[in-house]
Amino acid sequence: MSALLSVRGLKAFYGPIEALHGVDFEVEQGGVTALLGANGAGKTTTLRALSAMIRREGVIEFRGEPMRARAPEDVARLGVAHVPDGRGTFTDLTVEENLKLGAYIRRDRAKVKTDFERVFGYFPRLAERLRQQAGTLSGGEQQMLAISRALLLAPSLLLLDEPSFGLAPLVVAEIFRILRQINQSEGVSILIVEQNANLALDLATRAYVLETGRVVVGGAAVDIRADDSVRRAYLGY
Amino acid sequence: MVELLHQLSSGLALGGVYAITALALVMIFQATQLVNFAQGEMAMFSTYVAWALLQNGWNYWPAFAFTVALSFVGGVVIERAIVRPFAHAPILASVIVFIGLGFIFNALAGFFFGYTVQSFDTPFNGRPWFGAKFMSAHESGAIVVSLIVLALVFAFFRFTPLGLAMRAAAQNPASARLVGVRVGWMLALGWGLAAAIGAIAGMMAAPIVYLDPNMMGGILLYAFAGAVLGGIDNPWGAVLGGFTVGVVENLLGAYVVGTEVKLSVALIIIVGVLVAKPSGLFGRRIVARV
Repeated sequence: MSALLSVRGLKAFYGPIEALHGVDFEVEQGGVTALLGANGAGKTTTLRALSAMIRREGVIEFRGEPMRARAPEDVARLGVAHVPDGRGTFTDLTVEENLKLGAYIRRDRAKVKTDFERVFGYFPRLAERLRQQAGTLSGGEQQMLAISRALLLAPSLLLLDEPSFGLAPLVVAEIFRILRQINQSEGVSILIVEQNANLALDLATRAYVLETGRVVVGGAAVDIRADDSVRRAYLGY
Repeated sequence: MVELLHQLSSGLALGGVYAITALALVMIFQATQLVNFAQGEMAMFSTYVAWALLQNGWNYWPAFAFTVALSFVGGVVIERAIVRPFAHAPILASVIVFIGLGFIFNALAGFFFGYTVQSFDTPFNGRPWFGAKFMSAHESGAIVVSLIVLALVFAFFRFTPLGLAMRAAAQNPASARLVGVRVGWMLALGWGLAAAIGAIAGMMAAPIVYLDPNMMGGILLYAFAGAVLGGIDNPWGAVLGGFTVGVVENLLGAYVVGTEVKLSVALIIIVGVLVAKPSGLFGRRIVARV
């Protein structure tokens, strides 16, 4: 399989402070890559750097070409949808308006309409709450909304920042089941950041473990899973 | 009775001007948490542009349309060139920039057009509408124009993708950028819209208060009182507040305090609201962790 996203020597900065010190990883075409690691390892920072939300250096190749986008809005236009930590809900807007914003840059109206239907197929609860203010949704529903909003961009790469955060186990299981479906039936490649390593390794084809801004281990998800020493040292279970 | 109705309707006419000016203030405030103190002087300058066109023989409505369009472009340019560089500056720096901008427009108007008070045409001449003797044709027209502006602005924000994107950009800029909204341009568009609305407010007010470089000082104060009264983060509240201030100001001016000191009514409203209910009648309390 060829790489959809290939990252080499990625550095990222918060103001003058370097938070990533040269990270290398790949997302295969149609694959799921998991970024694992403890709090403060640089997982969220990596996603932010990819979306050009913060200053970054290094080589980012997307679809075999260097990614030239300099601003988040340009990265989105390349077909990279980012579900940020905290879900990025537009709390004062309705569910429907949140979803419409997901498709804001698209001009293929007929396709957008069928994509709305598809998203409602995954998350029927959203269809029931279209006119509701998004801020009044439960945490799980807001996560579903955030994923749906990202899907409506018709992305080729989905960046997910801790989709399990703060949610009940049953809801988490449902969301991960749907993520698998999205990946397998729609061919959307996924780069997922998770603290819950077990969950992420179930979904992922590749995995990388980060520690204080560096990749310490990387490879096929099955190998990472099988490696007891890695598991105990970095993943804590 | 006719006298009272007359005071009420003039209150509503100027109230419409306050309402749309307040709406322009709220638009900028929602996107940037800043009050554009130059809003009034920008509107006054736009009104002078319309006046110059009329002096040069333009018909009213073409001059009106051209002025609104030019003001829109001017608003966008001001945001890009003058406001943008201070986007990350402390609030006080931006406030000073706005005040300075106001002085610049005031001085430019005096320089180009002089400080003598001019009369300004109204397109609504002739007999009072609907045979309403207590209300001049211009007052009726100004109310209708204000209502049309309000309807158009609300329809724009409610029903168009661009309006939705502007609301998203104001509410959650980081998220808006992630779905591809060009937040910087949305702010510039907001300034353009506010300047265009201001131009209309100026052109509706000028036949009543007459045209001179200081004509918008009082109006901006009343509009600000309206916005504070209704809640500066709530467009509906600001509009309602604008109309309310217009009526209250006129009635108090006519029957209670007299016209000489009625501007202080605006100040009393501002101070009173900020003391009693800082979020305004319809605003939200914003709690910040410090």
